[in-house]
Amino acid sequence: MIPGVFDYHAPTTMADAIALLAQYGDEAKVLAGGHSLLPMMKLRFAEPAYLIDLNKINELRGISEANGMVRIGAMTTENQLIASDLLAQKCPLIPEAARLVADPQVRNRGTIGGDIAHGDPGNDHPAVMLAVGASFVLAGPAGERTVAADGFFLGTYWTGLEEGEILKEILVPPVTASTGHGYAKLKRKTGDYATAGAAVQLTLNGDVCDSINIGLTNVGACAIKATEAEDVLRGQVITEALILTAAEKAMAMTDPAEDLRGDVEYKTHMAGEMCRRALRQALARAKGGA
Amino acid sequence: MTTAESLDRQDKLQGVGCSRKRKEDPRFIQGKGNYVDDIKLPGMLYGDFVRSPYAHARIKSINKEAALALPGVHAVLTADDLKPLNLHWMPTLAGDKQAVLADEKVCFQYQEVAMVIADDRYIAADATELVEVEYEELPPLVDPHKALLPDAPIIREDAAGADEVGQGQRTHPNHIFTWDVGDEAMTDRAFENADVVVSQEMLNQRVHPSPLETCGCVASFDKVRGELTLYLTSQAPHVVRTVVTMLSGIPESKVRVVSPDIGGGFGNKVGIYPGYVVSIVASIVLGRPVKWIEDRIENLSTTAFARDYHMIGELAATKDGKIKGLRVNVLADHGAFNAHAQPTKWPAGFFSICTGSYDIPTAYAKVKGVYTNKAPGGVAYRCSFRVTEAVYVVERMIDVLAHKLEMDPAELRMKNFIQPEQFPYHSALGWEYDSGDYPTALKKVMEAVDYAGLRKEQAEKKARGEIMGIGLCTFTEVVGAGPSKSCDILGVGMFDSAEIRVHPTGSVIARMGTITQGQGHQTTYAQIIATELGLSSEDIQIEEGDTSTAPYGLGTYGSRSTPVGGAATVMAARKIREKARKIAAHLMEVSENDLEWDVDRFRVAGNHEQFKTMKDIAWAAYNNVPEGMEMGLESVDYYDPPNFTYPFGAYLCVVDIDRFTGELKVRRFYALDDCGTRINPMIIEGQVHGGLNEAFAVATGQELPYDEQGNLLGNTFMDYFWPTMVETPVWELDYTVTPSPHHPMGAKGVAESPHVGGIPCISNAVNDAFMQFGASHVNMPHNAWRNWKAIHELGLDKQ
Ligand SMILES: Cc1cc2nc3c(=O)[nH]c(=O)nc-3n(C[C@H](O)[C@H](O)[C@H](O)COP(=O)(O)OP(=O)(O)OC[C@H]3O[C@@H](n4cnc5c(N)ncnc54)[C@H](O)[C@@H]3O)c2cc1C
Repeated sequence: MIPGVFDYHAPTTMADAIALLAQYGDEAKVLAGGHSLLPMMKLRFAEPAYLIDLNKINELRGISEANGMVRIGAMTTENQLIASDLLAQKCPLIPEAARLVADPQVRNRGTIGGDIAHGDPGNDHPAVMLAVGASFVLAGPAGERTVAADGFFLGTYWTGLEEGEILKEILVPPVTASTGHGYAKLKRKTGDYATAGAAVQLTLNGDVCDSINIGLTNVGACAIKATEAEDVLRGQVITEALILTAAEKAMAMTDPAEDLRGDVEYKTHMAGEMCRRALRQALARAKGGA
Repeated sequence: MTTAESLDRQDKLQGVGCSRKRKEDPRFIQGKGNYVDDIKLPGMLYGDFVRSPYAHARIKSINKEAALALPGVHAVLTADDLKPLNLHWMPTLAGDKQAVLADEKVCFQYQEVAMVIADDRYIAADATELVEVEYEELPPLVDPHKALLPDAPIIREDAAGADEVGQGQRTHPNHIFTWDVGDEAMTDRAFENADVVVSQEMLNQRVHPSPLETCGCVASFDKVRGELTLYLTSQAPHVVRTVVTMLSGIPESKVRVVSPDIGGGFGNKVGIYPGYVVSIVASIVLGRPVKWIEDRIENLSTTAFARDYHMIGELAATKDGKIKGLRVNVLADHGAFNAHAQPTKWPAGFFSICTGSYDIPTAYAKVKGVYTNKAPGGVAYRCSFRVTEAVYVVERMIDVLAHKLEMDPAELRMKNFIQPEQFPYHSALGWEYDSGDYPTALKKVMEAVDYAGLRKEQAEKKARGEIMGIGLCTFTEVVGAGPSKSCDILGVGMFDSAEIRVHPTGSVIARMGTITQGQGHQTTYAQIIATELGLSSEDIQIEEGDTSTAPYGLGTYGSRSTPVGGAATVMAARKIREKARKIAAHLMEVSENDLEWDVDRFRVAGNHEQFKTMKDIAWAAYNNVPEGMEMGLESVDYYDPPNFTYPFGAYLCVVDIDRFTGELKVRRFYALDDCGTRINPMIIEGQVHGGLNEAFAVATGQELPYDEQGNLLGNTFMDYFWPTMVETPVWELDYTVTPSPHHPMGAKGVAESPHVGGIPCISNAVNDAFMQFGASHVNMPHNAWRNWKAIHELGLDKQ
């Protein structure tokens, strides 16, 4: 449980961080909250020779609204997400899911950027990002680019981040009065990763579902956008029968790996159950319920 | 005659029966404890193990060069280095031997192959990666049911031809022992003649006690004096000292073992581990202190698991539910070395307590121990030796029988209880139960929870497809090992000891052979002495764990501290009181026979104004004693108990299971314990809470699963289940008091009851939930996944 030898850098500007990353290449890792990276280093699954700590870069923190988008700095911690009034009003799914991430100690340091960039299928934010329709600002030696969350998650520990890039901020479109959200997460105990999770955000136009995004946690190599389930519901008046059909479609899109949380059959069924729960909750909220 | 005034004096003593705050807590709460990893000696080096990645492999070569070349590395020790000292193998408490460092082959994943000794733990960790070990993989044997097949891989080539490995005749190179008890022929007849017979296979899964503080030591050999000091997280420091002497040849008088503060033991810290032996050798060789501390993965993977009992229980009964016979067959997976920690003559511990609280006329139990390519152990995890397994099998079987008879499990229990007037009760498997009142305990619980109401609710819920279960457990334990005529460890009888010294001003230092690890001995032993001697417990210092100061004792495990060490404390205190009586008589110039004891003083019968307090007497003991009497006021007692004690209890658990996810909620848990005389009710409640938490953990989540290659899955706290405050149920506690007739103060021991009784209670509740829908027995751990499988098979999760 003791990491290998590494050098430590703590730049204070993005420019310095990007330069250091360019200098050390794939021997370097950026360090955010450390709650995914350090356990891997202690187990020596990861042995980076250089750590570039992002904690001193102020421009990576903070939550604000501009140009009709909510902007979340990558180094914003889970607890800051939970405490944000702006998010509670404009992107309520994010703080709701953040409350279900890990335990208080982890939430105190773990960041939304790290949770997204790590590419762990067990992390909660990727599915949430798919549900809220987020996009990511990535900064690298060649400047900045913005990519959609949909399509960013490519596999286990594999995302659309190119070598030398740092996730700078997350952009989220704010919700409207007829938007409903839900995150259902099954876990073995407090502090555990999901056995299966489902994030839903939908908007109603009258009784009809205008738009819907469903993201699934930990039932595949990366977060899954359950498009076939969305298709069942989009443009429809959502009924319990349609919810059941949509959940079946979502289950068919999963590809979970067996571990101590469950086998493929159990996890697939739990993806369905979490989907049903999140859909029911999102629908009730969109209709003006709690 | 008690008066308000004497009651007041009694309260001030804070003696037996008082919920005195724990004396240990201020230092722990303030982070001022002193654990083994807090100990830093000048010049201290650090050891770290190179461990096997394979469950079964031959070691072809070990190359230390790269590791030795790393600056700060002092030595890399392998079996070949220990061979000249004959320390590459060590005896186990079970009469087998265990490789200290793998000798030519490895027999379980994470086995100790080499130890690196370096300036600090970081260098040591880096160096372990530089030790190159070449392995040739061998087929692993993981399933104990396949251990005795003719073509099974032979795990222990060192012992392949041996007729026995410490515990009787063997039939196969992977066979360790077969132990049986009871009248087999008579039991068979009971089954042949029975109206009803039930049989059920069940598993007490492999788990780990995983105390918060892992195992570790600091070994310090002083070459000039020839003295070895060993700081060790040990539940049995005196036994360790004896074993160290046997192994090393250093006289016992030159070995000092110190158990400092211990962060929980739960059976994990009774045995002697390779890390200790190699640290000692390294300290002797290098002439510097050597520290070795396990990390969490090492703890869960190597040092002493518990359980792994694969059992078949059978009951024979009349059709109206009178039990006529019990038969139990056990296959015990002991891993690669037989390193369980039971009293030496008890290969299956006290498993024969498996007739439980029931008057079962005939019984037969047979336990077969086998080797597999898994970590060694088989320790008693918060229980007396194999008592959890025994209680589990009988309590589950009662429920299985009730189900078959379509009788309420409470009624079946009532019908078969040993009755209060039958004590002392001789069980079919040879125990003499000291005291008990089982029907009263169960009745009290049933009334408290409105048992009939719960059953009605369950039936209503069932009709709606909701899954609710009610579990009962009416257990009897056997603790307090034990009478030396039957119990010893490597030949040392299992007595325990207390040494009490009263200072001139009436304060007291007392030392015991036991060792506290959370039980609160520093609080409760002082209460015992306070009551016996009439001196305030605030002025009584308790010390344990240093073999150079404490009297020899066998340590703390198997709930033996109060039954044995507590009894020694009472007896030692009473010796002092007898001397005090003589001094009091001398001071007041009356006859001893005219004196009576009154809380904290001797007074003259019929003239209560004439008295001498213990404080007066303590002072006099150092300046004015009767002619011919030695000065001073101290005593020592080595207590060899005449019998074990038999704590019991009645537990009830209500569970609700989510039919779509399998998640389990313990809605109610009512625990009534009877541990005889209650020394400190607050500490008892704390112990019961802790034991129930561990029971909940075992019943619903803990396991050490292995894959087919013998890789241990789930050896971190990410997977190994410990409930947090969020998952932990609310515990409702109750008690009755049935003193032990042979214990000098009637106390029986309590800290393990909740673990022993809690596990079958929860498992019975879960199985009750499923059996009402027609399922058969489901094994632990009852986690959501496993529950869901049962639900899914029953089709209860239809949308
Ligand atoms: C006990 C425990 C339980 C947990 N349970 C959960 C859970 O239930 N749900 C959940 O979602 N997570 C869980 N986690 C993970 C936790 O949320 C981590 O904090 C998170 O996954 C990573 O964020 P971090 O800030 O700690 O990143 P770090 O660990 O510092 O970094 C993670 C990876 O992302 C990279 N990285 C970090 N920031 C950036 C960036 N801005 N740009 C590019 N790359 C970056 C790092 O180089 C590293 O490879 C748990 C962790 C623990 C220890």
